[in-house]
Amino acid sequence: MQKILEIEDVTVSFDGFKALNDLNFNLDVGELRVLIGPNGAGKTTFLDVITGKTKPTKGRVLFKGRNLRSLSEHQIARLGIGRKFQTPRVYLNLTPRENLELTSNRKKNVWSTLVGKPKNAERNSVAGLLETIGLSSRADIPAGLLSHGEKQRLEIGMLVAQSPDLLLVDEPVAGLTDEETENIGDLLLALAESHSILVIEHDMEFVRQIARKVTVLHQGSVLCEGNIDQVQNDPKVIEVYLGQPMDDSDTAHSLELEASGSEL
Amino acid sequence: MLIGLFDGLFNGISIGAVLLIAALGLAIVFGLMGVINLAHGELMMLGAYTTFVVQNAFRQFGEPFFEIYIFFALIAAFFVTAGVGLILERGVIRYLYGRPLETLLATWGVSLILQQFVRSVNWVLVIGLAVFCVLFFGGLWILNHRQNRAFHKWAIAALLPLSLGIAIAVGRFLADTYQLAVTRPWFGAQNVDVSAPTWLRGGLPLGNFQLPYARLFIIALTIVCVAGLYYFLQRSPWGLRIRAVTQNRSMSSCLGIPTQKVDALTFALGSGLAGVAGCAISYLGSVGPNTGQNYIVDTFMVVVVGGVGKLVGTIVAALAIGTVNYLVGSGTLAILFTPIQPLADFFTFFATTSMAKVMVFALIIAFLQVRPGGIFPQKGRTVDA
Amino acid sequence: MDAVSRIGARGKRQAFWIEAAIVGAIALFLIIVMPVVLSNFRLNLLGRFLSLAIVALGIDLIWGYTGLLSLGHGIFFALGGYAISMHIKLEDADGGLPDFMSLYGGTELPWFWEPFYSFPFATFAVVTIPALLAGVLGYLVFRNRIKGVYFSILTQAATIVFFNFFNGQQKLFNGTNGLTNFQTLLGASVNTQSTQFVFYSLTIILLVGAYALCRWLTSGRFGRLLMAIRDDESRVRFSGYNPTEFKVLVFAVSGALAGIAGAMYTLQSGSVSPRLMDVAFSIEMVIWVAIGGRGTLVGAILGALLVNYARSFLSEQFAEIWLFFQGALFLIVVTVLPDGIVGWLKSQGIQSLRGRKQAFTYPSLEEDPEIQQERQELETKSSE
Repeated sequence: MQKILEIEDVTVSFDGFKALNDLNFNLDVGELRVLIGPNGAGKTTFLDVITGKTKPTKGRVLFKGRNLRSLSEHQIARLGIGRKFQTPRVYLNLTPRENLELTSNRKKNVWSTLVGKPKNAERNSVAGLLETIGLSSRADIPAGLLSHGEKQRLEIGMLVAQSPDLLLVDEPVAGLTDEETENIGDLLLALAESHSILVIEHDMEFVRQIARKVTVLHQGSVLCEGNIDQVQNDPKVIEVYLGQPMDDSDTAHSLELEASGSEL
Repeated sequence: MLIGLFDGLFNGISIGAVLLIAALGLAIVFGLMGVINLAHGELMMLGAYTTFVVQNAFRQFGEPFFEIYIFFALIAAFFVTAGVGLILERGVIRYLYGRPLETLLATWGVSLILQQFVRSVNWVLVIGLAVFCVLFFGGLWILNHRQNRAFHKWAIAALLPLSLGIAIAVGRFLADTYQLAVTRPWFGAQNVDVSAPTWLRGGLPLGNFQLPYARLFIIALTIVCVAGLYYFLQRSPWGLRIRAVTQNRSMSSCLGIPTQKVDALTFALGSGLAGVAGCAISYLGSVGPNTGQNYIVDTFMVVVVGGVGKLVGTIVAALAIGTVNYLVGSGTLAILFTPIQPLADFFTFFATTSMAKVMVFALIIAFLQVRPGGIFPQKGRTVDA
Repeated sequence: MDAVSRIGARGKRQAFWIEAAIVGAIALFLIIVMPVVLSNFRLNLLGRFLSLAIVALGIDLIWGYTGLLSLGHGIFFALGGYAISMHIKLEDADGGLPDFMSLYGGTELPWFWEPFYSFPFATFAVVTIPALLAGVLGYLVFRNRIKGVYFSILTQAATIVFFNFFNGQQKLFNGTNGLTNFQTLLGASVNTQSTQFVFYSLTIILLVGAYALCRWLTSGRFGRLLMAIRDDESRVRFSGYNPTEFKVLVFAVSGALAGIAGAMYTLQSGSVSPRLMDVAFSIEMVIWVAIGGRGTLVGAILGALLVNYARSFLSEQFAEIWLFFQGALFLIVVTVLPDGIVGWLKSQGIQSLRGRKQAFTYPSLEEDPEIQQERQELETKSSE
């Protein structure tokens, strides 16, 4: 199967501290992958490397077979990688409609932004998108007045509006209610029909809802990969999360309990 | 030739030392609060004027005491400017955290006020100001301790013109009664001169040129300040708190560090250092209301080039900028390059104090192309998150 | 949906014509009525202040909308002034050297003065030299993602540098005294009343043009992108835009406006000198915008006029307290009136119109059918 994202031996070090350490990772076209790992495992740095915010100290990142090293963030975004941040980041002084219009704009150079008028098709797709994320009634008030959950939804909407081939989603359900969480899960599953998606999440119930394949990151490299049950029963994973070597099957059970709470 | 270069280096370093001592305060405040204090130069100017006042006071005591006034002047300058800094932080800047650009504008306003204050300060102004403060802030205090808040806003609105009017009336009355004795400005718009004690005049002869004692003194003072600051930040409990807040403000606050006190203390410390710097520069030339402006931009450049959060960066940047400034401005480089005519012409063009600034600025812009974050940039994913 | 948007479009067009009519009426009023009412001296003062309003618009564009505080617009302002003055000096010299050059022992015209013989080139330079300088400086700074306070103090340093440069070059620019004593422009004497009236009218026309340009830049998608850059630059980057390009363009436009303003100011004040590149003057420009209300174009113009009238009044009456007053102005505007006069009026107006602003934070209130209906009513009202 064709790979959309290949990460080969990537190391990122900040003053000697290795946030990523010889990391290898692949993502197939059309795959939905969940990335978990304890705090400080390097998850966000991992996204930084893909989106060009941080350049790898060593190794290379290939997107659709193309090396991303020499490209800056906006060029990578134009290639078709969209990113949602850990805390929702939307333009607070613009309305949700304007937020979506800005990101859905296809031609992003200065000149077309200056003279281009939004096309009808674009306007309609923005309206449809507002419907999908449930913000139609809120479309024309400043986004700063939206609640946290609404901002989360708006940012996912912006991500979709950008129509990237690969979506990087950092903790999409942090701070949301159970119902909202499920909605987001459904939304991501629907998106997965036509996009490749990489999700970082702590909420194990949510991971269970959407995940087909899970990758566990620890100290900057991949600890193990597999479906959710394999991962949860993996002795290495249990050790990393619970901080003790495991010798009986009870521990696996306790991880299960722990995990079905919310935060790991 | 070699002597010339050595002379240039020495002078450059001594200019760098002045920049460094001026930039130290600015750098720790910028590192901690992300705030550039445009009134920093005026705080230096206040320090210089304090030195002038202390000098005049000691002159009356006669010879043996006059020789050591400089140490009292340093202490006085430190505390006067630290006090002004504290008022500034408590009164204005703490309301502007998280809005660094507004802070720039507000501190610029303060610098204008301080400049004009030094020009026109006299007894009438001081007494009027005191009367106003007592009435207005006393009134506010009483208002805030009353239960009935119904007319609060209106009361403040009435209080302001009332106390202002009384203060002006008192001032007028004093001016009419005592005439020139109270209306004569203390310093005036003219520059004043601070004379160094005898042991700071002259210089250390070295070969066929001499190292002026005043400059040696400033270099020594800078070393003492840097060492003291380093010791304070690395070894004292408050230093630890300052470093903690610099790293992560909200976490420190959660851990029970009184961040507001830390801010106030740091700002006062930074301002106090400006006062010490002002004391130092009063020996390099006459002191006027605009003295601060001459140093301030170079000082800012030191902070930009040095980067945030590391004292070493500030030190290296100050010395580098000072040295380059002097080497270019004094024409030392132009002489050095005499054999290569085009280069010599090029450096001759820049061989005045003001043109050297042009060149240094160009170099700084060029430097920022290579290292936008300064000499020692911060790393990690927290940067501009 | 379509019907609603069509109504919205018609409303927009209507609003556009109303605004254009108001602007035109004010401009005509200024051109026709003011010369009758005001003495020549006062009219000249008004003309100068109106040209300062043009630079205020430029600063609003870069600071109010894009969030970049430039403390160096004095450079661009002065460069515009120098460009037009150099042409006048050459015309006055009538083929010879400008008067000051021979004074300092200059024997031939520096090469970069040559093109200023031509009036079209000089007017072209008024716009392009500041724009180019702003573009280059902006590119070098923005491309390294230097922003915020760093950008501000770099522009301030640039101001000092240019001040020093122009101040130190007696032979090239007459140093501290600058260029003054203008005689003729395009054959007409500069100092007659009728020429001055032409300058005054031209200033108003240019101000209207600048207003229209800024209005166009800030109202469409481009304007929203500027605000997006102000709110969250790196988000803009991850959405696929390159903020550097936009910032460079806006800074250049803003510099060009400052250049035009400087040229008009110089023509009406009769001199240009390095004092226009004084650090204090550049920061003062920012405070005009802050007082009027940044992020609102009308605010920038109003602020420039208000502060400058206050200045001329106060420094005529009590020269001493002007600095105190100005310092207090800086403090007041950032602590008490952060949105400026126009911003304050707006927010007060909106609050009295709909006191339900807080309701959005409470989802339970929001689902209240009554409130939903109220909003719908308001929306249809505002779109009509």
